[in-house]
Amino acid sequence: MTALVEIRDLVKTFGEGETATRVLRGLDLTLVEGDLAALLGPSGSGKSTLLTILGTLMRPTSGSHAMLGEDMTSASDAALTEFRNRHIGFVFQFHHLLPDFTALENVVFPTAVSKGRETREARERGEELLRRVGLGNRIHFRATQLSGGQKQRVAIARALMNQPELVLADEPTGNLDRESAGQVMELIREINETEKTTFLISTHDEKIAAACKRQIKVVDGKAVAES
Amino acid sequence: MLYALKFALRYLGSSKLQTGLLVLGVAIGVFVFVFISALIGGLGMFLVDRTVGDISHVTIEAPSRDATLISARPDTAATVYQKAVGQREVLRTADAFLPMLEAMDGIRATSQQIVGNGFILRGQSRAPVYVKGVEADKVSAISDIDGHLIAGSARTTNSSIIIGATLASDLGLRVGQVINLQSDRNVERALIIAGIFSVGVETLDSRTAFVSLAAARSLFDLDQGVSRIEIKLDDLNAAESYAQRIAAMTGLKATPWTENNAQLLDGLRAQKNSGDLIKAFSLVTIVIGVASALLLSTYRRRPEIGIMRAFGASRFFVVVVFVIQGILVGLIGGVLGAGLGYVVMSPFPVPEQAQSGSLPIDVRQGDYLVAVLLTVLGAMVASILPARAAARVDPVEVIGQ
Repeated sequence: MTALVEIRDLVKTFGEGETATRVLRGLDLTLVEGDLAALLGPSGSGKSTLLTILGTLMRPTSGSHAMLGEDMTSASDAALTEFRNRHIGFVFQFHHLLPDFTALENVVFPTAVSKGRETREARERGEELLRRVGLGNRIHFRATQLSGGQKQRVAIARALMNQPELVLADEPTGNLDRESAGQVMELIREINETEKTTFLISTHDEKIAAACKRQIKVVDGKAVAES
Repeated sequence: MLYALKFALRYLGSSKLQTGLLVLGVAIGVFVFVFISALIGGLGMFLVDRTVGDISHVTIEAPSRDATLISARPDTAATVYQKAVGQREVLRTADAFLPMLEAMDGIRATSQQIVGNGFILRGQSRAPVYVKGVEADKVSAISDIDGHLIAGSARTTNSSIIIGATLASDLGLRVGQVINLQSDRNVERALIIAGIFSVGVETLDSRTAFVSLAAARSLFDLDQGVSRIEIKLDDLNAAESYAQRIAAMTGLKATPWTENNAQLLDGLRAQKNSGDLIKAFSLVTIVIGVASALLLSTYRRRPEIGIMRAFGASRFFVVVVFVIQGILVGLIGGVLGAGLGYVVMSPFPVPEQAQSGSLPIDVRQGDYLVAVLLTVLGAMVASILPARAAARVDPVEVIGQ
């Protein structure tokens, strides 16, 4: 298996001098194609910071971070934005859909923003993704007209729109009831199986973690245990 | 750009009340702009029309001939330099270029005149008068004497005279009475009062008398030529350029009305500057209004902007979304304000038809296109600050909230 993401000796420090807080302390991590990994750890352990760096939304203080063989630490802001658009998808705890837009418009956003318009092909793929996540009958509903579980499924469809190699999910079921959480997790597993999309899911939920193929524990800013 | 336009439209449409109030504010600013333009323009036109509407716009005269250097024999220093005080400047070649002047576009009327000073004698009274000898059918060519006639007719014959109402009142004269007119050349003629006018301009009403060209020729002892040619233009604001062209064409001295009315022009300029200041303030208000509203919108939409950035929207895309919103607000508010201004000001009579004491608003001078263009430009500039603030939103910061 080829490494999709490779992180070596990653350090992230916030603040300077006496107020400096080192969140990540020399973390090593490798994700391969088709991984379905749970990121576990207590609050403040650095899970969210790690996800943010993996998502190229934040730069590490030191260490190396490569994805698809490209060095992410030295790339320009514009290059990272383009890279993120093409290769990384996000699912957040609070879904973060665009409230003034329909489910379909939210899903096609990553493609449309890179092409400058909503193409017919993009809309067809968006509709297909929405049907796949069980929202074929909610395609033209505004984000504000959907339930919490439906919103999270739209968020998953949006994350998959550009067929990214890596999807980063930060507590994707944290805001859902048990039934909806189960459905969302089932959907993630199915996509991981059929499309070999790599998922890294940050969670506190042991059941969600158990449903993943790998469990990575972050303690004191380091990936200390893996099973 | 098309996709950014979709976002801008959706954002504006999602808060209809806020957008409506913002557009209304811009429209009111633009309304003030076009109203002030029409008012100041109309007021200026009204003043100019009332003040110089009845005077010559361009006056052609023979160039002044100062005394020339008189030199005796080359080896002597007998030189005399003296102003020609008794000499009259006479246009002897008027007939040659008059047809050419009359054929020029933009010239409404021409009037050959023999002018001079004199006295109207009536019993023991002597009233100084400025005598204008004009062609019989051109008494009203420059000043609208016909339209302001209060008695008699405005047609002169070789034995008649037309005088102003103040002069007639001072001397107790009526139409049909005979007066003696004595010129500064000491020629005296008896003339019948053919008409009395009241233009409302004191210099005309109290001191001006019109006689026929032939009568003036004998009164001022002028065998040939005329004193000057007065010209009335369609557009009195073009007087300076016409004067330059005429001077170049004829080699004569052509004086525009502006040269002798510097105070009026100063007043008009000051009035225009005041208007420009008010217009500038209304534009500044628009800019501040748009900037603050969009800044609030930026703050409210920080999480969305963060998400857009996380999913690959460039900073430029975010900037464009907010700048387009500014442009749209400026365009819609500008067109609404300009349209409203036109509708509100249309019932006002144009300055040419305005009555004394009325508001001389000129709906034609609303500067509608300039108002809309400046508003769009101002709104665009106003949106740059919020747009840049939006583009600086850190996705990590807002997604975590």
